[in-house]
Amino acid sequence: MKDFGYSISKGRTLNYDNSDFSLKKTLEHDVVSYCRCIGCGACASTCSAAKFTDFSIFKCNMLFRNAKYDELEQELSKCMLCGKCTLVCPRGVNTRGMILEMRNLIEKNKNNNE
Amino acid sequence: MNHFDVIIIGGGPAGMQAAIRLGNFNYKTLIIEKEKSIGGKLTQWDKLFPDFYSAEELLQNLTRQLNENVSILTEQEVKDIENTSENEWTVKTADGQYSSKALLIASGYDFFNAKRKEEFGYGIYPNVITSVELEAMIKNGKITTLDGRIPQKIAYLQCVGSRDEKVGNHYCSINCCICAVKQSIEVKELLPDVEQYCFYMDLRMAGQHYEELYRTSQEKYHVQFIRGRISEAASTFDNRIQIKAENTLLSTPLKLTVDLFVLMVGMEASETTRFISQKFNISNEYGFLQSKQRYCSDNETEIKGLFLAGTCKRPMTIPKSLKDGDAAANAIFDYLKNR
Amino acid sequence: MNNFHPFVLPFTIGTVVLFIILFALFVKWLLQMDKTQKTTALKNIISFKTLKAVWEAVRECLFHRNIFRTNPVLGYMHLSFAFGWFLLIVIGKIETTFYSGTFWDEFWLAIFFRFFEDTSVTFSGSELFTQLMDACLLFVLSGIVLAVIKRFYSKIYGMKKTTKHTIVDKIALTSLWCIFPLRLLAESATAGIKHNGGFLTQSLGNLLVGLPLEHITLPLWWMYSIALCLFFLFMPFTRYMHIFTEMLLVFLRKWGVTENNQKTGYTNIELNACSRCGICIDVCPLNTEAGINNVQSVYFIKNTRYGTLTKEIADNCLMCGRCVQACPVGIESTLIRQIMRKKECFNNKDYYQYIPDKEEKQISEEKEVIYFAGCMSHITVSIPEAMKHIFAAANVKYWYMDENETICCGRPLMQQGLDKQAETLRQKNTEKILSSSIRTLVTSCPICYKSFTEEYHLPIEVLHHTQYIDRLIRQGRIKVNRSDIKVTYHDPCELGRGCKIYEEPRHVLHAVAELMNVKMEKENSLCCGYNLANTQLELEDQMKIRNAAINNLTAPKPDTVITSCPMCKRALQHGINVNIKDIAEIVDENIAK
Repeated sequence: MKDFGYSISKGRTLNYDNSDFSLKKTLEHDVVSYCRCIGCGACASTCSAAKFTDFSIFKCNMLFRNAKYDELEQELSKCMLCGKCTLVCPRGVNTRGMILEMRNLIEKNKNNNE
Repeated sequence: MNHFDVIIIGGGPAGMQAAIRLGNFNYKTLIIEKEKSIGGKLTQWDKLFPDFYSAEELLQNLTRQLNENVSILTEQEVKDIENTSENEWTVKTADGQYSSKALLIASGYDFFNAKRKEEFGYGIYPNVITSVELEAMIKNGKITTLDGRIPQKIAYLQCVGSRDEKVGNHYCSINCCICAVKQSIEVKELLPDVEQYCFYMDLRMAGQHYEELYRTSQEKYHVQFIRGRISEAASTFDNRIQIKAENTLLSTPLKLTVDLFVLMVGMEASETTRFISQKFNISNEYGFLQSKQRYCSDNETEIKGLFLAGTCKRPMTIPKSLKDGDAAANAIFDYLKNR
Repeated sequence: MNNFHPFVLPFTIGTVVLFIILFALFVKWLLQMDKTQKTTALKNIISFKTLKAVWEAVRECLFHRNIFRTNPVLGYMHLSFAFGWFLLIVIGKIETTFYSGTFWDEFWLAIFFRFFEDTSVTFSGSELFTQLMDACLLFVLSGIVLAVIKRFYSKIYGMKKTTKHTIVDKIALTSLWCIFPLRLLAESATAGIKHNGGFLTQSLGNLLVGLPLEHITLPLWWMYSIALCLFFLFMPFTRYMHIFTEMLLVFLRKWGVTENNQKTGYTNIELNACSRCGICIDVCPLNTEAGINNVQSVYFIKNTRYGTLTKEIADNCLMCGRCVQACPVGIESTLIRQIMRKKECFNNKDYYQYIPDKEEKQISEEKEVIYFAGCMSHITVSIPEAMKHIFAAANVKYWYMDENETICCGRPLMQQGLDKQAETLRQKNTEKILSSSIRTLVTSCPICYKSFTEEYHLPIEVLHHTQYIDRLIRQGRIKVNRSDIKVTYHDPCELGRGCKIYEEPRHVLHAVAELMNVKMEKENSLCCGYNLANTQLELEDQMKIRNAAINNLTAPKPDTVITSCPMCKRALQHGINVNIKDIAEIVDENIAK
């Protein structure tokens, strides 16, 4: 059906009933520690990139968990891979592996959808 | 006379409570304590959460209840323990050798060495202190920075050395969340003008009157609770501490300069606990002692005549340690009776 | 043609095909080298370096000195194969030259000489040659016995793991193993008839006399020839390709060719020069500590060569460099890994625009050094703190370049194959560094140090703080007291094997404390497990690797363990209560007032 006149803006609600969590499942398999994140924010507060710009690693994690990939690609490319986040994470999340793998998956997903 | 019915290693709350009970059961009991006096970590505390009961009063109370069946050895570190024969235990200290029919381990915990988390600057910057040092200040009724100033701003950081996989301590130490709440109230009463911030990952107010105390600290004492873990601390030119964290609820980085930065250090197996757990091969993954079964025989071990009480098993609050001392005494009573 | 029999055909065809393929491949790879590699090689062809290369080729390809050093039994095995076979060919050729009176006889004659030998023809030294050839054959056979044992019981070689092979490898391996026993049998059978054998073949021949030798002999020679043919035909596609490629590699390397940051013909030559001896498996901490045994250089190289490389294999490497150190062929596998990790799809965008351009802030005062603590040092605050004290004690004015915000040096990105992004960061940092007119840069992080020295091409001097402190002490700008505490030193991978800085930290430590030796040190030091090059490893495995390093460092019971890398310090600090300090801290503590 064609859009007619105006469209209804996407709701703010995360709709878990019809979101596609397949990427999340792949990541859970590839970077097992990814699911351990409790969002304490230590990574974001130590982040070298976050000193310059709005960038938060645990937020990326949360966005990914919630299948919100739209802005994630741009966001993830801000990372300099310096590794401070991995060293401060109390939950032992392999943050750098997680970021690289998220980028891979999003890229692949994009190619598949095209 | 060096022979006893029961030897208790460690004279903290759990050990004392067990000794009271065992003394009442008419068992000859010996407490071996490595510090100058019994009481364990209780001696370092001023008031207890959640009701501000005086630690000193509790200690006196416990000491009063110890009867003539209980002997106490202080400043004696355990050098070796042997299960010499069936039902016979020998404990060697620097000065002597003692034997008993049953052995109760109540060797407790140690505080996490905050120097292992270098990013918080403990041991590097003078105004970074641990919760233990703050408690000592509270006990003295005088809270100052190292250079003698009255602090205007204090920050507390939860989970230093607990819930931290990097240092190998995956567990929660239970006491620290509520302890910070308690301490912040006490500090505010001593210093009415102080501003206080408490940084947490999760706040675990697990018990009746705990949540209420948390609520009071917010409502009456205006402690600000910020969900976010501090990642870096640095000293300013005037010896204040600048901390960097993330306010995760706003998803915004945060910078704050404080006069005192308090690390709520977690609980680890004490040196004696580690020694015993290795010696008898009953260590859990963190060096704490492993009881036979957590539900029904939590004071027994796989080794006959060897009993456990208190925080040598896992982090516990003081009331829980006391109850565990009771339970251990009962278990020993059963054991000695049926022998 | 009395020196011909159809059974020589398989061998002849095999040899010809082999050399055609070899030639084609070598030409292809040489042409695939990039421009700088070609010019470097050409520039050095006519020089003393070529002679050195000849010597090295003899030493390594025939005698396998490097394998000998790490493992004498394994070395002997390789030596007996390579040198023994080489002697068989050379002496055989000399023998037939004497026999036929010309060097230009049929080239297979030397290989099948006993079969064609006319015992009525006598020539000088024939007896000696016969015995020599038997001796060589015995030499090679002893190697084969060792090889067979190795395949099935690698433990007696002190090797915990031996390489898993492909099907083609197995065929080539089997034919290789068959060649010499078949030669022994064929020659012995002939000796049984013609009585032309040496101490080995004749004795065996005499034993065989009871058998119908006239029916057995020819089939044995056929089988010998076919085994040779099979081996030669399969060789270019197996690990045995290393026999010839290694020689080419030795020459190119001596001529100054190195890996560039992309896959070239030289990379292919390195890949094919790997003999899959498996020495790298045993030195890899991922294998010894974490039990991961499918990602080591040997498997990485194999998979890259056959185009079956997976992300898991390429990315699961700490790049600690222990394998490169141990590799008898000297293959730069970590550099190849870096090349193979290249992620083209992320390389074409503008990154890090959020980093502001350099502010036109003149560093007004005359300052002596730029201090770059590095990202990691900001969470090991005692290192920059100690450096501040040292600078003050030496009265050095410095500019703390990354006091408030750090731009990463870019090396972690390089290691993950994100070249363009790393390039951007390098530009930003270079601009910032050159905005001052200070001529010396001191950094506290070995990763940054390696990057600044090897990837930045800065026109100023770059020092790691161990070197700088060493210099301050030597110049007498700081005076230190020697305390009596006992220390051991942990060589960080990037500073030690990465930049070959072993002496400066030791010199400094001798000046301030009592330095004890540990079992694994300098080029053999163990990785702390946190190395940034690995993005696959989970904390549990990192901890196992770290614990091995801690055990090594605390074995002599030091008071303090010293390192010179913020990341290593963090890793070791996270271990069981071990007293760990940076070299700057211990110097700071012992500065004479």
